[in-house]
Amino acid sequence: MTEEDQAGGCADGDVDKCREALMQIYLYLDGELTQDERVQVSLHLADCAPCEHAFGFETELKALVSRCCCEPVPAGLRERIAGALGLT
Amino acid sequence: MADKAKFAEMTMEHMPALYGAALRMTRKPADAEDLVQETYLRAYRGFESFTEGTNLKAWLYRILTNTFINIYRAKKRRPQESDVEDIEDLYLYRRLGGESTAPTGRSAEDLVMESITEAEVKEAIEELPDQFRIAVLLADVEGFSYQEIADIMEVPIGTVMSRIHRGRKALQKALFEFGKRRGLVSDDGDGVEGPAASRRGDQD
Repeated sequence: MTEEDQAGGCADGDVDKCREALMQIYLYLDGELTQDERVQVSLHLADCAPCEHAFGFETELKALVSRCCCEPVPAGLRERIAGALGLT
Repeated sequence: MADKAKFAEMTMEHMPALYGAALRMTRKPADAEDLVQETYLRAYRGFESFTEGTNLKAWLYRILTNTFINIYRAKKRRPQESDVEDIEDLYLYRRLGGESTAPTGRSAEDLVMESITEAEVKEAIEELPDQFRIAVLLADVEGFSYQEIADIMEVPIGTVMSRIHRGRKALQKALFEFGKRRGLVSDDGDGVEGPAASRRGDQD
């Protein structure tokens, strides 16, 4: 696999920028980049469809995990805990 | 003892989030209920040590996580952290061919993303080693910062990043396996074949 393939095939031809962006993908998605770093990544994504696509995919996956983990509290649990705490 | 009414007022609103996390941790509704109850009892007993104005939700998650690891984790053999050592970055995206299949119609990863069921995602999450699963849940579901997760799990921030990273890779590998079983993706990672290819063709 060439480096370009690994980076997803960069549109603007700057493989280093792609590699750098992809290395920061989770920091970006998790809101852990500084404002400046975030802007740098965003600028690259605006220029590079393959990276933008990869970021979109990972964003969607993160949202999917989040959606699938919201569960309603079972009936009676609130009361059971209140009882255990001696609140009733 | 702490003021019960005040404790209840402050903490009860977090129960849905705690229960959701507990269910993904224990995998069984009955165990999840017990875990949440035990978390509330421990939180109440330790409420004096909570500093008002600091992050109550993170504090509750820390108790939940500790309780889970102390009580439930020992019960069952789980996949080991070392089982997922050498999965490549962006595993699923790359195995599905990245954007190379995208120009017309939809790409393999979009198809997999659309066809994967909620039950499959839950199963994939639940199969992760505990430490990876907890780190991914805290980041993705609760949106805690890496520093907050480090405080909750009581590990350095570098360990948090590593667990999230490796957890996500393992999760992607599991989802890829589901896609493979359904014939949505080929084994060699070339992206679309079979039913997915014809589905894609239909939409062009």
